[in-house]
Amino acid sequence: MSIVTVERKVLAKNDEIAAQNRTLLARHGAFAVNLVSSPGSGKTSILERTLEFMKGKATVAVIEGDVQTDLDAQRVAKFGVPVVQIVTNGACHLEAKLVQDALERLNLNGVRLLFIENVGNLVCPSAYDLGEAMKVVVVSTTEGDDKPLKYPAMFRVASALIINKIDLLPYLTCDVETLKRNALSINPALKVFLTSCTSGEGIAGWGEWLLQHLSKG
Amino acid sequence: MHELSIASGILEIVGDYVPADQRSAVKAVHVRVGALSGVVAESLEFSFAAITAGTPLQHAALVIHRVPVRIRCNGCQHEFETDVPLFLCPKCESGETVMLTGNELQVVEIELEDQPAEAS
Repeated sequence: MSIVTVERKVLAKNDEIAAQNRTLLARHGAFAVNLVSSPGSGKTSILERTLEFMKGKATVAVIEGDVQTDLDAQRVAKFGVPVVQIVTNGACHLEAKLVQDALERLNLNGVRLLFIENVGNLVCPSAYDLGEAMKVVVVSTTEGDDKPLKYPAMFRVASALIINKIDLLPYLTCDVETLKRNALSINPALKVFLTSCTSGEGIAGWGEWLLQHLSKG
Repeated sequence: MHELSIASGILEIVGDYVPADQRSAVKAVHVRVGALSGVVAESLEFSFAAITAGTPLQHAALVIHRVPVRIRCNGCQHEFETDVPLFLCPKCESGETVMLTGNELQVVEIELEDQPAEAS
């Protein structure tokens, strides 16, 4: 019997392409945010609100990832920003190659901020680097305050947490302080924002924080 | 459920290391899977068996070596393993911790059965 030593990361190819994406984005001075969450937590609504906020402040482009349909891309396009849709046809996450192909279809000239809206899924997208500057995880109050404990990998790799739908708190048993504590016990470096896309509360704070990153870049 | 694409990634790596005419001699493929890699071992085994069926690799076993989450506290340097998703240091309760292991998703080695030398 013989042994072939390999010692190679299974996702090495994905990581290589992600590095190419990162170089391309850096060359254009575009700061990329990979938005992740479970389905229905409000990623697209947050995106809409953020696009409103960014109007006149920063040039934004969007890559939309969905299992089926371009409904989200249609919603985003109404804000007059360049948007490219990736339909994964069943795949549960975006991979660096899909984003690379999407970037080829996107004019990055002048774009300072790129949102990549991942497929709604709190498990698989945590393993795939897309070339983003940061992952931002969205959790809505209706999902319960124990969500971070159930999906620790995603909370560990994210830079920021948006707790969305806070306008519904009076009707729920979800405790925001518990949710925060659970998330911070997994990743103490998480920057936490509380938002409501219905009232617009918290969007400015989140938007200003993003703008700070752009000025650093 | 991205284990199927992970299994394809493993197959690709095996293909890079083992020439086509030797693949039926592959006895086992050893992989390292961290507890926080997002991969479910059972699903990966199932996916690997499904995509190797009917190929020269159909008798190859996927051997999964699970790696626990191991943490080091930056405050007091204490190192500990955890199977609950909490990263606070149990000694000094600091949250300033580094994850040493647990993210792994690697092909470690490939075991080949010796083939009788063929007369050329």
